[in-house]
Amino acid sequence: MTAKLVLLCCAAALAAAPVAADTLAKVKEAGAITLGIRESSYPLSYLDEKQQPVGYHVEVCQRVVEAVRRQLGQPGLKVQFQPVTSQNRIPLVTNGTVDLECGSTTNNEARLKQVAFAPTTYVTYVRMAVKRASGITGLAQLHGKPVATTTGTTSVQLMRAHEKAKGVDFKEVYGKDHADSFLMLETDRAVAFVMDDNLLLGLIMTSKNPADYQVVGETLSVEPIALMLRRDDPAFKALVDDTVKGLMKSGELEKLYARWFMAPIPPRGANMNYPMGEHLRQLLKAPNDLPAEAYNKR
Amino acid sequence: MGAFDWQVVWASLPYLAQGLGFTVQLTAVALAGGLVLGTLLALARISGPRPLALAAAAYVNIMRSVPLVMVILWFFLVIPMLTGRPLGTEASALVTFTAFEAAYYGEIIRAGIQSIPRGQVDAARALGLTRAQATIHVVLPQAVRNMAPVLLTQTIILFQDTSLVHAIGAKDLLKAAEIAGKNYNRPVEMYVFVAAVYFAICLALSLLVRRLRRASGTAAPA
Amino acid sequence: MSYDWNWRFLLDTVAAGEGSYLDWLLAGLGWTVALSLAAWALALALGLAVGTARTLEARWLRAPAAAWVELFRNVPLLVQFFLWFFVVPELLPRDLGLWVKQDMPAKEFVTAVLCLGFFTSARVAEQLRSGIGSLPPGQRLAALALGMRLAQAYRHVILPRALRVVLPPLTSEFMNVIKNSSVAYAIGVMELTFQARQMQEETARGLETYLAVTTLYFLCAFAANRAMAAIEARSRIPGYLG
Repeated sequence: MTAKLVLLCCAAALAAAPVAADTLAKVKEAGAITLGIRESSYPLSYLDEKQQPVGYHVEVCQRVVEAVRRQLGQPGLKVQFQPVTSQNRIPLVTNGTVDLECGSTTNNEARLKQVAFAPTTYVTYVRMAVKRASGITGLAQLHGKPVATTTGTTSVQLMRAHEKAKGVDFKEVYGKDHADSFLMLETDRAVAFVMDDNLLLGLIMTSKNPADYQVVGETLSVEPIALMLRRDDPAFKALVDDTVKGLMKSGELEKLYARWFMAPIPPRGANMNYPMGEHLRQLLKAPNDLPAEAYNKR
Repeated sequence: MGAFDWQVVWASLPYLAQGLGFTVQLTAVALAGGLVLGTLLALARISGPRPLALAAAAYVNIMRSVPLVMVILWFFLVIPMLTGRPLGTEASALVTFTAFEAAYYGEIIRAGIQSIPRGQVDAARALGLTRAQATIHVVLPQAVRNMAPVLLTQTIILFQDTSLVHAIGAKDLLKAAEIAGKNYNRPVEMYVFVAAVYFAICLALSLLVRRLRRASGTAAPA
Repeated sequence: MSYDWNWRFLLDTVAAGEGSYLDWLLAGLGWTVALSLAAWALALALGLAVGTARTLEARWLRAPAAAWVELFRNVPLLVQFFLWFFVVPELLPRDLGLWVKQDMPAKEFVTAVLCLGFFTSARVAEQLRSGIGSLPPGQRLAALALGMRLAQAYRHVILPRALRVVLPPLTSEFMNVIKNSSVAYAIGVMELTFQARQMQEETARGLETYLAVTTLYFLCAFAANRAMAAIEARSRIPGYLG
């Protein structure tokens, strides 16, 4: 029986069909929508102590799912969660595994060639986390030292660019995901971890001794973070855009922000206490989906 | 890193059990599916028409010379781009391991069948058995006995190899432990615990294989 | 199936860095080859010692050798990588652990060589043990009767014969080392699999990337196979089939 099932799966997998560019039709046919989620992108998208996906962007996505249900007239539409990583999120969206990615993905020009983004729902500042005791306060102090970052992230490219421009030489060490990279900092495998500030603060918050760490140094980049979907799918993009803009207009997004950034959150009830930045405040008034390049013009 | 704290293992047991459940399910499906497909591959190589035999041989050799991690990534990331039919992590893992193990089981089964002297078939035929009867009543019983320990050994390897679904984020024992380790910031304890679980299960299975070898009189040399 | 092939991306400069994606691919190949060869050398040395110890009568040598084999054979390779990378440095004395984590040159690579080498040594040891077991007991007895000490009998009679017997299985173990080196992506060794994942994310040329990397693995395995076949041919004793 199982073998038969597997054979059928093989046959289905091998039966060639074009990649669906119409997400709504695909979702309707399947009776299910697949959300891409992260394991440790605090507090945007991560797994709680019951290993269930939660977070600010996961909630935004759930509002989108509601809108899809309404539009398709399928109140029973199922939601599937697909864990994604920094290295596979884009391939998984383009190959059709994930319909909507609810993680912490930077919207930039290179990625826009492959995927599309919803209006920006979070703006992050790329900085570094260090151990308080190390006395490090700036990037220049990292010359010749091991610096952690997560593979597949824009931080990798930012560090490359910074090295080239300033002539510093980091010894890069790569974590598979953010928790891995933080572990490198925690276990002294790296003296700094360069990443989006919200992720750093979230990781510090869940660490054993939060007081041992701090986020310091110059901002390497300001990056718009948004939900990610397939390119060239105007119907789905319009639905996602309208939903997100509606949340901004009604003030609901601000409430969601307060709930995840300014209040105790799982897994251990800590509070990030991180007020909304100026960029995001502006965006709530005038939403857009501009890429990072628009924020970092020199 | 401070003293070890095993409390986190205790707190995460339900999720670890779920993860182990998927590990076992994946092993069972790949074992069953791999044996069926592997038998077909072996028969195709031994007595199929030439093009089929060549295709089966090519399949087996390609699968056996590519790293499993690569095969997993091919099935998960690349093939859906061509077919437009993504399977999701768990289904993709089941399909990948079935297809991959079929190549290995196929070779074991082929060797098992070929270990039976040709004269046995001739004798069975001379006694008036049909070709199918000879295969079922004479060749297979002996072949199965010869290859059972090797098949089991391969299954232990399969059980360990399922941990590589880590590359695509499927929630097996290792992944469940990793997530728990991150949530409680106790990765060291979780990795040690997972290693101990795998070790206990695999050691028990390999002792079983050894006993089986002795019982069937096909003791490994030395 | 209409796939829009494009191999020229290999010559593109990597995002915000220097060199092209082809350079990444070649660097990945370099690490894969270096890791495989180093781990294989370690596995042969350790496997030879452990495998021999398992055939001795002295219990204090045989028992730890058996434990060694069981330990490294019964834990998945990926889990062993995590143990070596995350757990072992925590068990070392503090200063040494810190050195391993921060200042040890090529630390991911060294960790990977140790892990893959130890893992494979258990397999080499088992092959050697059954190779020694397959020799007629008369050879050993004859050597001892000629007045050789046990060590001499191993050195001049048993091991040279057994090694020839186990060359074919060792060939496939060597190819396994190359395949298994791909698991080292998990601790950040920048070998072929690591580069493939990174390239696909940055370039969106998934099919081309994975075809190229898979082909390189093929070529490595093939080269290993030929090299071992050459050794086998040169070490053949006239008059024996093995």
